[in-house]
Order: sequence, then C-alpha cells, then structure tokens
Amino acid sequence: MKFAVLRFPGSNCDQDCIHALSTFPGTEADYVWHKDTSLGGADVVVVPGGFSYGDYLRTGSIARFSPIMKTVKEFAAAGGLVIGICNGFQILCESGLLPGALVRNRDLHFLCKHVYLRVEQTDTPFTNASTKGAVLNVPVAHGEGCYFADDETLKRLNAEGRVLVRYCDAQGQVSDASNPNGSKENIAGICNEGRNVFGLMPHPERACDPFLGSTDGSVIFQSLLNWPTSPLRKSAA
Amino acid sequence: MKAIVTVMPKPSVLDPQGAATAEAMKHLGLESVGRVRVGKSIEIELPGEPNEEKLHEIARDLLSNPVIEDYALEIVR
Repeated sequence: MKFAVLRFPGSNCDQDCIHALSTFPGTEADYVWHKDTSLGGADVVVVPGGFSYGDYLRTGSIARFSPIMKTVKEFAAAGGLVIGICNGFQILCESGLLPGALVRNRDLHFLCKHVYLRVEQTDTPFTNASTKGAVLNVPVAHGEGCYFADDETLKRLNAEGRVLVRYCDAQGQVSDASNPNGSKENIAGICNEGRNVFGLMPHPERACDPFLGSTDGSVIFQSLLNWPTSPLRKSAA
Repeated sequence: MKAIVTVMPKPSVLDPQGAATAEAMKHLGLESVGRVRVGKSIEIELPGEPNEEKLHEIARDLLSNPVIEDYALEIVR
C-alpha cells in the first residue's frame, strides 16, 4: 500500500509518519510537497501534524489553499483514503473535507501528554483492526484541539456513526474529567459522510513503538493496511 | 483607501482568551466586568477603488471561518 505524506512549510510530524509507516510490512511511503499537484499514485494521503504556515490567521487556514489540496479534494471525492493528524485534522476541517473546526484549548495551555481514546466505530478504513469500546493510549500535542461544531452537525455526526474516537479515561469512561481540551462531546476524531476521510487530534504515529511508551496507535495504520481485504469493506460498499 | 475586516468568535463558541482576559480585568479593579470576547482586526491597504465583492469573498473564505467566526467589513476612505 502506497502512502503520500504531505509536507507544508511548518509541517513537523511528516518524518514521524514516514518512520512509523516504514515499520509496517507492505508499505511504501513518500513525501509530497504542498506545491505539487500529483499524489504519485498513492492509495492513502496522510496530512501530518505541525504548524503549517506558522498557524498564522487560524490553524490550517493558509495550507488549505496550497496547490496539493485541490488534488487531495479530488482524490477524496473519488473515494481515496485521507487521514489528517493534528494540524492535518485542522487543515481538513478548514478545507471543508470534514465538518466543524478546532479552536483554542479550553484552558489555553498547549497540551503535550498521553491521553486515552475510546474507539466508537470499527466499520471504517481507519479503525477496522480495533474493536468497539477499545481504549487506546495515544499522545496529543496541540494548542488548538478543542473540537467545535454546531448542534445540528453534532447530531448528524452521532446519528451517522461518524465520531470514530472520543477522549476517555483508562477504563473507557467518557466524561468531562477525561476531556483534555474542551472538545464538544469529547470528540477526538471524526470521518466524512463517505467514511474515507478521517481527522483526529491525537498522534497515532507517535504510538507505534514500545520505546515511545505505547504501540496503541499502530491499530490505525494496521486498519488501513487491512482495508482492501476487510469483510467490513464489502458490507460498506 | 483601506478595508478593515473585524473577525469575532461566534457567541456559541467557547472563547477562553476572552474569559482569561476578563479575569485579568477583575484583578485590575474592574469588578463589574461582563463577558469579554477576543477577536482580530485585519487592515488592508488598497491603492484603487475597492472591489467589495472580492473583499467579502476573501473575508469569508480566508480571513474568517464561518463555522466559528463572524466578520464585518468596513471601507475607510
């Protein structure tokens, strides 16, 4: 499976993504510069974390207009798989590929710590290797990770099973105390209507090696690798 | 000529910057302070006659995010 990892000026998790992906057999991962217009035949686009354009104006607001994003939009519209991590999630929301927006954390602090995520749905290319209710230990590192969407959008996301991960405690309980940044309904990651575009604030690529304290993030990438032959894919199609 | 775009968080969006600023104001003795909202103001110098339609498009698509913010456009002659 071929991955295209986008690079904007200020991306800083691009190398982490390439490294994490290289540890899975059967993967090929290449960088794609934001001024390029071709994804080089990739099966999956990774929009990595960082501070694209220095987070000027709003997080992700300028990266959205980079030439590669037009290609990514066409790729997603044709059913191509796209995963946006942290700043990548912010870029996907700004681009309109995902609903809602990420705003300043409730307590204004930049958060850099491990959190727990509860897997809410598994019928997707990004979570099929996990189980419903599984608790993942994955780090976050953001200043603007508070997910906001209006009530109508939230209702729709819930009704359509598009919230894929929520912040929880070690036991999988979703509560205000386990919400690190004030996100609406503890939302940590959502997918689009077609279930082929996923954005999340936590960093699964930083939790793929025991040396980094957790390997729970690898289930996201394993899901992508399993997807072409997944029985869930057939039922989704 | 100048265009000024004022961008403010929507009332429904949490504005922790505004809340923290209100707290600081209380510490400075303004005990009666109510809700404080922090936004931004963008000044755009324009040599010619402004294309208001284009400015609205830019204010909506780039300078603000309609999901979380409202904007106001003012032309100063």
